[in-house]
Amino acid sequence: MTAPAYNFAYLDEQTKRMIRRAILKAIAVPGYQVPFASREMPMPYGWGTGGVQVTASILGQKDVLKVIDQGADDTTNAVSIRQFFEKTAGVETTTETLAATVIQTRHRIPETTLQGHQVLVYQVPIPEPLRFLEPRETETRKMHALAEYGLMHVKLYEDIARHGHIATTYAYPVLVAGRYVMDPSPTPKFDNPKMDDCAALQLFGAGREKRIYAIPPHTKVVSLDFEDHPFEVTRFDRPCALCGAQGSYLDEVVMDDRGARMFVCSDTDFCESRQENGHRGPLNQEAAE
Amino acid sequence: MSTPLLQAEDLSRFYGGRIGCRDVSFSLDVGEVLAIVGESGSGKTTLLNLLSGRLAPDAGHVRYAMRDGTTRDLLTLTEAERRHLARTDWGFVHQDAREGLRMNVSAGGNIGERLMGIGDRHYGNIREAARGWLSRVEIDEGRLDDKPTAFSGGMRQRLQIARNLVTAPRLVFMDEPTGGLDVSVQARLLDLIRSLVADLGLAVVLVTHDLAVARLLSHRIMVMKAGEVIETGLTDRVLDDPQAPYTQLLVSSVLAA
Amino acid sequence: MTKLPVLSVSDLGKSFTLHLHKGARLPVVAHVAFDVHTGECVVLGGPSGAGKSSILKMIYGNYLVNAGAIRVRHRGEEIDLATASPRQVIDVRRFTMGYVSQFLRVIPRVPAIEIVAAAAREAGTSADEARARAAMLLATLNLPERLWDLPPATFSGGEQQRVNIARGFAGHHPIMILDEPTASLDARNREAVIGLIDARKAAGTAFLGIFHDEDVRERVADRIVDVASFSAREAA
Repeated sequence: MTAPAYNFAYLDEQTKRMIRRAILKAIAVPGYQVPFASREMPMPYGWGTGGVQVTASILGQKDVLKVIDQGADDTTNAVSIRQFFEKTAGVETTTETLAATVIQTRHRIPETTLQGHQVLVYQVPIPEPLRFLEPRETETRKMHALAEYGLMHVKLYEDIARHGHIATTYAYPVLVAGRYVMDPSPTPKFDNPKMDDCAALQLFGAGREKRIYAIPPHTKVVSLDFEDHPFEVTRFDRPCALCGAQGSYLDEVVMDDRGARMFVCSDTDFCESRQENGHRGPLNQEAAE
Repeated sequence: MSTPLLQAEDLSRFYGGRIGCRDVSFSLDVGEVLAIVGESGSGKTTLLNLLSGRLAPDAGHVRYAMRDGTTRDLLTLTEAERRHLARTDWGFVHQDAREGLRMNVSAGGNIGERLMGIGDRHYGNIREAARGWLSRVEIDEGRLDDKPTAFSGGMRQRLQIARNLVTAPRLVFMDEPTGGLDVSVQARLLDLIRSLVADLGLAVVLVTHDLAVARLLSHRIMVMKAGEVIETGLTDRVLDDPQAPYTQLLVSSVLAA
Repeated sequence: MTKLPVLSVSDLGKSFTLHLHKGARLPVVAHVAFDVHTGECVVLGGPSGAGKSSILKMIYGNYLVNAGAIRVRHRGEEIDLATASPRQVIDVRRFTMGYVSQFLRVIPRVPAIEIVAAAAREAGTSADEARARAAMLLATLNLPERLWDLPPATFSGGEQQRVNIARGFAGHHPIMILDEPTASLDARNREAVIGLIDARKAAGTAFLGIFHDEDVRERVADRIVDVASFSAREAA
């Protein structure tokens, strides 16, 4: 008999227990950044080492894993993480949002409404929302402890003063369960409303910064704003070129070297399943004619 | 008589075997300006930090008459209460404006921070308040969106003052507010501080080694040496008729204070 | 006179201890006693060095009093300035006792009219009225209007002194202490100051002053108190 090359999901069981304890604490204190002993992973920082460790710690043999990067299942980062777990855990993987039990993501929340049996794991580069204005960790911790969040509004104030509106389009700060201000990290603010009252458990892992935080299912998540400059969701002035969806998050795709471009859903699974169901965007119809 | 705004009672602080300050007692009334003078290392800054709750005393008490009318021992305040007090009813003007300002935030954001800190969520109102304070400290309103990095030393000090006064504090701590500025800039700042203090009825604890500044701004003086109060009294009296040997030395060593 | 004095000095004594000079003790005056009543001007006389200026400085609080009492009527009550707390002295200075020193000492770069108006505001006058009062005083004292908005640092000695006098008078205090206010003034401006003192006396202000100029002294003094008799220098 030969021993398997790796423990299930790469991390050893003690490490996974340690991370699970951090996750439980994070769930118990929604939005609070729990320090954890982040491990070296066989991939560089910035490639999702925090998310990968969280996923590794919660993954069971019956789980079905989906990994997305910028909403897409087929980008390098998504493909390599998916392969990593296929190899080290042998779990089933999918690109279908509804078929997945664990979805690891960088940037996006799927367009399809998540369900109660699902867990969304975010890869987080900079977990500290106050870092922009307050470089001292001792001070930001104190500010969280005492719920001194005026500084967050200073950041938004600066935005309006400079641009005439709140120009922050991603990593837009939110107040979780009325207590902790949290950085949704590189997630576009378009997705902020999806965090509110979400049926799925949302976990955030920052490998380099060694922090885990969480939003339990059906938690109130409010985007910070001013009375006279309320939070506004990014709107797109056109439908998806391929599936014709209105109100989904669009990516700009350059078509040739003469400047032709199209705007398509960033959520590839959402876009493809709409097309399978017969939905057509402007570009698709032209192609058909 | 009304209760004093701030009371120090036998305040002591030691750094190992060295005395930071020892057995300092005094009281400060609403609208009163107290100058703490002495040479470097005399314990002025230690005392200022003890009074403002930035440093815990080894012995003694600091009591403050809160806005709600109760008098509280600073040591018994929770950290949240103390910090709230420090950014609403108190101000702190540092010698180095970089310690008192956010250098990468606009003048308006610097002034507005305290308002946002106490829950003001109306951008237009915050901006108007910031604009008003900017002109009150004689900075062109057109500089509202400029960062302090683009300001001169004197403007930075004035911005620091505006940032502190926006919540109408009753007590302001000042640590060598005119130190390190050009003489020509000092005069204008002194005049601004003097008129703001008078108009707003501010109580001030002013730490300075400049006796001329103490003369122009303060009602009373406390002379410190080696961590202890050597002499205290009406500013004019202490400077014109100093009693303690050290105060006589200090006063006679200055060019026409 | 049966009326109580507004300022009553009794048994006042002062000496300096010079710690930097081996603790040498320098007696100045002893057993000083006199009263000042409403509407009168008492002038301290005597040779230079007799301690006239020291007496004024004790009364105004700049010098520590070693013995005796300085009783003033302040807001309807009697208060002893020799033992008063700094806060009480400051309150007396705001509402009861004004002072004109020999030299103008102000924050540089503040315009003359602002200096005078600020003194009026300190005594509780509204900003508008303070400015109007300042303008009136500067005009009375013949300070050219083009100088009003300039800081006095570059003024001549006489011009500075007139700003100083205007500042001292701006608070409308019931007791005024004058320490050689006319020393650096020409005849015309001395007249203006005398006119100002006379008008205030008529309105009930009590004056205590030092005037070296005999002519001025003769014109304003109701009584002269010879300080030489209190001098402690010779006795020592």
